[in-house]
Amino acid sequence: MSNTSSAGWGSRVGLILAMAGNAVGLGNFLRFPVQAIENGGGAFIIPYLVCFLLMGIPLLFVEWSVGRFGGKSGHHSTPFILDSMDKRKLWKYIGVFGIFTNLAVAAYYCYLESWTLSYVWHSIADTFGGKSQGEVAGFFGSYVSLESIEPIIFWVVCLLLNTWILSRGLSGGVEKAAKIGMPLLLIFGAFLAYKAVTIQAGEHGAIFDGLKGLDFLWTPKFDTIWEPKVWLAAAGQIFFTLSIGMGSIQCYASYVRSKDDIALNAMSAGWMNGFVEVVLGSAILIPISVGYLGIDGLKDLISEGGGLGLGFKTLPYLFEQWGGVLGVAAGVAWFGLLFFAGITSSLAMGTPVMGFLQDEFGWKEKNAAWMFGFAVLLLGLPTVLFFNNGVFDEYDYWAGTVSLVLFAFVEIILFSWIFGIKKGWQEIITGADIKVPSIFKFIIKYITPIFLGWVFFASFPGIYDTLSHKGSNEKIAFYSDVNQISNKIEEQQKSLESKKDFLPEYLTKEYSDEKIEKNKELNVSTYLLVKKQRALLELVDNPTARKAKIADENKTKLFKNISRIFLLALWLGIAYMVYIASVKRKKEGRLA
Amino acid sequence: MSSSGMITMLVTEISITLITGIFFFKVLFGKPKPEPDSYSENDDVER
Repeated sequence: MSNTSSAGWGSRVGLILAMAGNAVGLGNFLRFPVQAIENGGGAFIIPYLVCFLLMGIPLLFVEWSVGRFGGKSGHHSTPFILDSMDKRKLWKYIGVFGIFTNLAVAAYYCYLESWTLSYVWHSIADTFGGKSQGEVAGFFGSYVSLESIEPIIFWVVCLLLNTWILSRGLSGGVEKAAKIGMPLLLIFGAFLAYKAVTIQAGEHGAIFDGLKGLDFLWTPKFDTIWEPKVWLAAAGQIFFTLSIGMGSIQCYASYVRSKDDIALNAMSAGWMNGFVEVVLGSAILIPISVGYLGIDGLKDLISEGGGLGLGFKTLPYLFEQWGGVLGVAAGVAWFGLLFFAGITSSLAMGTPVMGFLQDEFGWKEKNAAWMFGFAVLLLGLPTVLFFNNGVFDEYDYWAGTVSLVLFAFVEIILFSWIFGIKKGWQEIITGADIKVPSIFKFIIKYITPIFLGWVFFASFPGIYDTLSHKGSNEKIAFYSDVNQISNKIEEQQKSLESKKDFLPEYLTKEYSDEKIEKNKELNVSTYLLVKKQRALLELVDNPTARKAKIADENKTKLFKNISRIFLLALWLGIAYMVYIASVKRKKEGRLA
Repeated sequence: MSSSGMITMLVTEISITLITGIFFFKVLFGKPKPEPDSYSENDDVER
């Protein structure tokens, strides 16, 4: 029945590059450096590496071996891969997460990917040339507010590109894309890292050396190492950077024959992701940002919009300071690098869905690819149209965070305790081209489940806060109470006064937007504070504006609730398809 | 750059680069498995 019998990988290097491409995503460049500076600088690398050894590597071994095990029986998606590991009916429904997550994450991730494509185009077209920092940030705001049709066009182009590559199959599409994308990503990354760390204070408008940024990121604050939140951040980073708990690793590995190696493959792909994240990821965003904005400016911008805000709102402006061809080349390299990081991940999200349709319903590869593209178009539309109403973030939280942790936690229990570590270990070492240290047998059975359980249960308060709309409710309470707004303004005023020494003289006399924007040695920290204070001052004497803010928050809550129902319906829909598939299997006598 | 920052960065980056390099070396120059394997490029006859 399966149409995947001829599907497979063209070469081992291609498989590893595709698997590494699956793991390397935008988070390697936008999330990791921010996590590091917020969690102890260089000292963060200790919990990061410990979590990689105790959680990342074991889960890579588990997911690769689970995939190869399922592939032996012709399964290429998690519902029936897990079903083949234990006879209880429950597992195929747990496996639903391995399709749900890929579809729901692809729905918003392809939109994010399309921004990078669009920004490559705008870098070439020199759209950001001569614009102030505020205007470049404003461009992003207008973009996601859909003030023109352009975001939709780039999004559709991006979806078509993904679908077309997927329709060409594993070796003819996904593998070729990884073989082109990954080397280019490394070249672009190396170029940007070199330019970033060689930034000199006083040249091209830089106020500090790029090395100051590296120093800020790498200087270890060892006292933070005992804080549980730092360990939780490291565990979270390892988890999300390796794309574990998604179902895509299992799908890729299901095309590996039973006697072929998975242990060395898993290590190569996992460490390559680590190389891109730690070596390249740490050497671009932070050194450039600190070079031009200083440490205070960087911290404030991170608190405003995180790594994503820095990457899209600030970096295009900073590249412009390098001028001419170099500025354009840097923009193309940065957004090109993010694009390749993105597309090699989104392609991996398509294969489990296609594998499911091919295995269970006999679909042809091309048709399955186009169905995936169409499903992502439908599911992604709300994230595009209602980005500013929190739909994008809601998808990211439930599908891209909670589902991953939940699935990986249940999966490791299944592997270690139900399938059994003895059989599981045999699966890991069969055909291995390296000697896997037997300590990992103990780690996989005891340490990794405890680690994952801790990450899962520690996320409960966050889940409760998200479910109860804590953030929106706090904002509504704030906008409803003028005293709270006045107190906040006073607090900001004190903070501003403490910064006076650092301000150009005219800036302290009148906070003119125009003058701040034109100020070449922009004090970002002060600028942001002034902007915030002005926005609040406008609210104090304007009840209508306050009501509008409250209405906006209520609208966000409504959209978030609708997104949750939508995602739940998606999960139930996939579960129903799995049920239909299992009935079909029973009729055809193809039970796992 | 502070010496503690420099040492942390160099030790980490050199270690990760070396480990990645060693694994890739093994993949590229390791003995290939007898056919049939998982990779169509190694096939004697075209599929």
